[in-house]
Amino acid sequence: MTKEKNNREIVIPGEVIAKGEEYLPGEGTEKIGNEIIAIKYGLAEEFNRLIRIIPLSGVYQPRNGNVIIGEVENITFYGWVVGLDAPEDAFLPLQEVPKYVSKDGLSDVFDIGDMLVAKIVGITNRGIDLTVKGRGLGKVEGGIIIKINPSKVPRIIGKEGSMINIIKQESNCDITVGQNGLIWIKGDEIENELLVKKAINFIAEKSFASGLTDEIKDWFEKEKNEGKRSKK
Amino acid sequence: METSKLTGKRIKEYLFQGKRFDGRNLEEFRKITIEKNVSKKAEGSARVKIGNTDVIVGVKLDVSEPYPDSPNKGNLMVTTELLPLSSDRFESGPPRFPAIELGRLIDRGIRESKFIELEKLCIKEGEKVWSVFIDIYPLNNDGNLIDAAGIGAIIALKTARFPKYDEETGRVVYGEFTDKKIPLSKDIPLIITTHKAGESIIVDPTLEEEDVTDVRVTIGGSVNGLIFSLQKGNSKELTIEEMSKILDFSEKARKKVFSEIERYLN
Repeated sequence: MTKEKNNREIVIPGEVIAKGEEYLPGEGTEKIGNEIIAIKYGLAEEFNRLIRIIPLSGVYQPRNGNVIIGEVENITFYGWVVGLDAPEDAFLPLQEVPKYVSKDGLSDVFDIGDMLVAKIVGITNRGIDLTVKGRGLGKVEGGIIIKINPSKVPRIIGKEGSMINIIKQESNCDITVGQNGLIWIKGDEIENELLVKKAINFIAEKSFASGLTDEIKDWFEKEKNEGKRSKK
Repeated sequence: METSKLTGKRIKEYLFQGKRFDGRNLEEFRKITIEKNVSKKAEGSARVKIGNTDVIVGVKLDVSEPYPDSPNKGNLMVTTELLPLSSDRFESGPPRFPAIELGRLIDRGIRESKFIELEKLCIKEGEKVWSVFIDIYPLNNDGNLIDAAGIGAIIALKTARFPKYDEETGRVVYGEFTDKKIPLSKDIPLIITTHKAGESIIVDPTLEEEDVTDVRVTIGGSVNGLIFSLQKGNSKELTIEEMSKILDFSEKARKKVFSEIERYLN
């Protein structure tokens, strides 16, 4: 790969990104012989001879410690089966709920169709385990849930949460972004929630552009003016 | 992913206030765009977009034997394939309930309106008639596939031309078109689906809204107010007042949709 640092390049699966023993395979790549080969569609990035791919599309890949938003799909004797909108379902065991639950009262805590914010604590070959012990975790009530491509999640959050904080300030809404691409928005008025939804879709669409955080401020300004005009 | 309960609740609350998530009125359709003759090989075709919903409808003509109970009438067949590329909810394979229902709804709307004059499609009574095949392929499903398919079907029928028919061999020469069009009557059946979500009656729902609607009533009728076909979907019930409101809504919507698509019907 003869390219400068920080120069990201779009690669497709099977493409040889780099040749040579000195390169190391990172996320989304594989080393076959002395070639680094892409196994995902995305932007290839090199840092200290480590090559990794920032995926541009694809399904959610669960990781330890991720905070996700899921939907209760089934109730068993020992806990809840939670759908993450990923290829695999996750499991929330009884003992990971921070209060006493009687064996007959599982559906009082989380019923089928309920949405919850949870954290992934373990990925074994048996499946994905969740917990709702912790701040900000648990059942979500009120508001709306929207879905974006999981690979766009880092853009929505921004550097150290810069993007999401702007959206929160401008709209007065509570926003929880799950790493699996589900986003929970709750505000006092439905109009504000819809404004957030529009803003997030705007960012997801423009996720390749740089300087988005400044752009989103202008965008909010514009939207608010338009809103005022239509109210008059 | 199906729309979650939470979002569904908010949609219903908002509808109760008379507002929709995309800013439309309850009785307002999304923007309809129509493209005629999108397929070179089909006898007639149309691509209809309602908002983000995108459907291709093709019409194919063939010569075949009539059914024993209608020896002097042409055949009409409507098939749907819900392509997996159009939605994450559709799988490939043999058609399932939704695909069959969509085909039947369009079939009934067109057949019962006598829009196609099937008697005129007879070549030799009891032996040879023209068969009309209408094929529906959604390219993107953002709700209200039924109405999009209905609009597509009538426009594709309007644009269709007969292929050349070799009487000696009794075969259809595909690829060579004549100027003859399918004999159609003046009563154009427009299929409009009205939904009830919570307490509100709406037309042209998006996929999100479609997920939370309780009752669906599909009415095929002409702009003059004639009703040819009617089918209720989903499991909830309707009161008489709601039903008359639905009839009212669908008639209004039909007039509006007709005025938008009228220029494509020539």
